[in-house]
Amino acid sequence: MTVIDGTLKLDPEEARRVRQERLERVGRWVLPLAIMILAIWLWDRTCVWNEIPQYILPRPGVVLQTLHNDAGLLFSSLLVTLRITFLSLALAVIGGVGLSVLFAQSKWVEMSFFPFAIVLQVTPIVAIFPLINIYVNNQTTKLLLCAWIVAFFPILSNTTLGLNSVDRNLRDLFKLNGATRWQQLRYLRLPAAMPYFLGGLKIAGGLSLIGAVVAEFVAGATGQSSGLASRIIEAGYRLNAPRLFAALFLISLTGILIFLVLSLISHLILRRWHESALKQER
Amino acid sequence: MIGEKVARAPASDVAPTLLALRGVGKVFSNGVTALSDVDLTIREGDFLSLLGPSGCGKSTALRLIAGLSTPTSGVLDWRGGGSLDRANIGFVFQEPTLLPWASVFDNVWLPLRLKGISRAKAAPAITQMLARVHLTGFEDAVPRELSGGMKMRVSIARAMVTKPRVLLMDEPFAALDEITRFKLNDDLLELWQDERFTVVFVTHSVFESVFLSNRVVVMAARPGRVFDELAIEAAYPRDEAFRTSPDYAALCRQASDVLVNAINSTAGPHHDGH
Repeated sequence: MTVIDGTLKLDPEEARRVRQERLERVGRWVLPLAIMILAIWLWDRTCVWNEIPQYILPRPGVVLQTLHNDAGLLFSSLLVTLRITFLSLALAVIGGVGLSVLFAQSKWVEMSFFPFAIVLQVTPIVAIFPLINIYVNNQTTKLLLCAWIVAFFPILSNTTLGLNSVDRNLRDLFKLNGATRWQQLRYLRLPAAMPYFLGGLKIAGGLSLIGAVVAEFVAGATGQSSGLASRIIEAGYRLNAPRLFAALFLISLTGILIFLVLSLISHLILRRWHESALKQER
Repeated sequence: MIGEKVARAPASDVAPTLLALRGVGKVFSNGVTALSDVDLTIREGDFLSLLGPSGCGKSTALRLIAGLSTPTSGVLDWRGGGSLDRANIGFVFQEPTLLPWASVFDNVWLPLRLKGISRAKAAPAITQMLARVHLTGFEDAVPRELSGGMKMRVSIARAMVTKPRVLLMDEPFAALDEITRFKLNDDLLELWQDERFTVVFVTHSVFESVFLSNRVVVMAARPGRVFDELAIEAAYPRDEAFRTSPDYAALCRQASDVLVNAINSTAGPHHDGH
């Protein structure tokens, strides 16, 4: 009996480890949430204690109220921004993956064209926009082009890296079995590049939102946009701080949601085989 | 059938030649001579081991036979000229080299898939092959869920699913623990005796080469070359009893002596002493 009891009972060190693990799991959620609530409470108290006027720093409650009162205006603007964001992300995926597959066909193509992609990436989009403004007439196309330029590079560079980092033996195996170029791409290189692509996609998701907002900002300065950024500019001119905060809140929330959705997609696709997705199991 | 299996003698000079390497050499682009003037005849049904220290070019020789690399001198003569159709070669790498995103079943399907055979059409052959390597029930597992030995079994099943005439193996069991390695050695021998293909097996283990092969070709390094050849005359099937027999010990000793000579033959100004 005692022996059985002995094996069932965890030794103190093991018990401490298990407790530590459980605490960490709870803490991962509770701590940031507590800090967030504390920060909002401090914000609220700062406004009250210092009698800060609403047009300088509105209280969190007022921001929420504004979010509710201006919901029609803000959400229709959000929809405009979201449309640009997702369209440009989709185009970034098509363009990034398409170009990287093209690059993967030949080292020469990659060497010739990759520098152009880098030039596009490192030149600040705000500086390019006036040119786009001259050459492109359609408002949506303008914004899309801007957001696309910002978002496509991480997908291109990551997928290119993935397509080129296939295990040498696997490549030999395909060669031994007489695989065609297309078969090698379809059954070996594209699946092998998947984790790299998804990493790039996660970055591109955030960037496409940033790209869309920045493009709206530049376009909005000339009164041509109706997205969230133009609401912010407008609210800034009118010293409508509550609405400014409400719009800002919506943009951050969108960014967080995009990141979470892309992380989930990535986890679902990779969980069967990729090591970075494994730690959840067991 | 059983009687025939037991009576099977080591492939001898009577068996027809499958492949002859004549004066084969390989110099890499960096100037290193990996192989120099190799003459080697592989016969139908041989279980031939290439045994030697690292750097003796045994893996290079295997890659040449596989057609993954071309010799800088000499010829590979596939019985009566021409090269063997690649469909007739199975290759097992030192690592399992599986597609990590594909199930066991789909990994074994791969060579057939690349030949345009649908999953449904390939299924009987795959199921049969998985049974042969004792992996029935693991069809839907992914590689990361398998142990090292099981992964290697998948790798062997994948190489054998096309029913190749020649199976080339590049130190396939080097990374496995001894118990797993013994089991895989037994199973490989069983497969070989049933299917009657030809095996070229690269290893640096004297014990493994003697246990498995009917011919052990000992190679020496710098430059990589064939040093000597031993015929292992012990009858098949070889099992646990053979592994513990004095005969086996004596053969291992003999092969070990030849290997030591091969290693010493390299000793000179370039020898690094390992």
